Amino acid sequence: MKTIAYLSSIIIPLFILFAVIYGAVKKVRVYDSFVGGAKEGPAIILRIFPYILAIFVAIKTFQASGAFDYARRILGGVTALFRVPVEVLSISLIKPLSGSASMGIFTDIVKTTGPDSFASMAAAVIMGSAETTFYVLAIYLGAAGIKKTKYLIPVCIIADAVGIVIAILTVKLLF
Amino acid sequence: MNSIWMLLISISVAFAVIGNRLDEFTKAFFDATKSAVEISLFLLGIVSLWLGITKIIEEAGLINHLANFFRPLISRLFKNIPAGHPSITSMTLNILANLFGLGNAATPLGIKAMNDLQTLNKEPGTITFEMMLFIVINTSSIQLIPFTVIGLLAELGSKNPTAIVVPTILATIASTTCAIAILFGFRKAFK
Repeated sequence: MKTIAYLSSIIIPLFILFAVIYGAVKKVRVYDSFVGGAKEGPAIILRIFPYILAIFVAIKTFQASGAFDYARRILGGVTALFRVPVEVLSISLIKPLSGSASMGIFTDIVKTTGPDSFASMAAAVIMGSAETTFYVLAIYLGAAGIKKTKYLIPVCIIADAVGIVIAILTVKLLF
Repeated sequence: MNSIWMLLISISVAFAVIGNRLDEFTKAFFDATKSAVEISLFLLGIVSLWLGITKIIEEAGLINHLANFFRPLISRLFKNIPAGHPSITSMTLNILANLFGLGNAATPLGIKAMNDLQTLNKEPGTITFEMMLFIVINTSSIQLIPFTVIGLLAELGSKNPTAIVVPTILATIASTTCAIAILFGFRKAFK
């Protein structure tokens, strides 16, 4: 485990070193080339800022208004039938919306139910196998300036739901 | 996104009014602007950094080597991308960064990949199937080992924090496969 963790922390430094040396060997003026590439950054961020703002406003107010808690209570009745702890439902609902909020809820689940409980295990696997879908959607669609998304949003929502069911089933089967 | 955004905002206002949480609502409204600025400033630095690095490897011609290496895999999924197109490299680098859980590199490279894919788009305002496939791979999460989660579990007293590695890998593979299958299913249904 330690070696894997070390490998993952050395990948970026090695990759950057490799890029610079490889560039130099191929007679690229690496400094000028780096600056030339980085110059495009601000324009891209300016373009996606409104999309980030829009998605953050929608998600933060949804949580603060009590609507999120209400949705969790309603769905809690359904998941209780399948003996899925309410904590697992919380993390499933928040993970696609917000990275920082899901990290907070995950820490809370581990603290209250114990690190080796079913809820903690399932929450951990969900944390590792799901993404902050709406944030990714807002940024990527904003970056390319896409307005018509065809059937992408339903596909992402269904895929997220299926992914979370798979995560819970995997933990149920393996532990 | 249009209807989802409208729905979220309307539901939130309705709940804030009914549940008398108007102050919380307004506070969250302004807090969100602060978070959006913070995230954007962070992205400004990190996106520019990775655009700089990829520019070096682009000008050094490494792009072609990388593209050749991964073409069999990428071109099987992304059929309508011409050989040697820059989007192959940015998508490959994004997918590799995602596999290793390097979120700070994956997002900037993903943004670049979307811009590269946009150059192949004949109707610029409308999404292409390649973009959808790329986004679905990203939103389904393909990270192999969740280091942050393992770290947190260990810190909070788990006896065996790495026990989640195998289930996470299995769940990731299954959910990404399903996500791609769902997308292809929708394409068939909408043709």
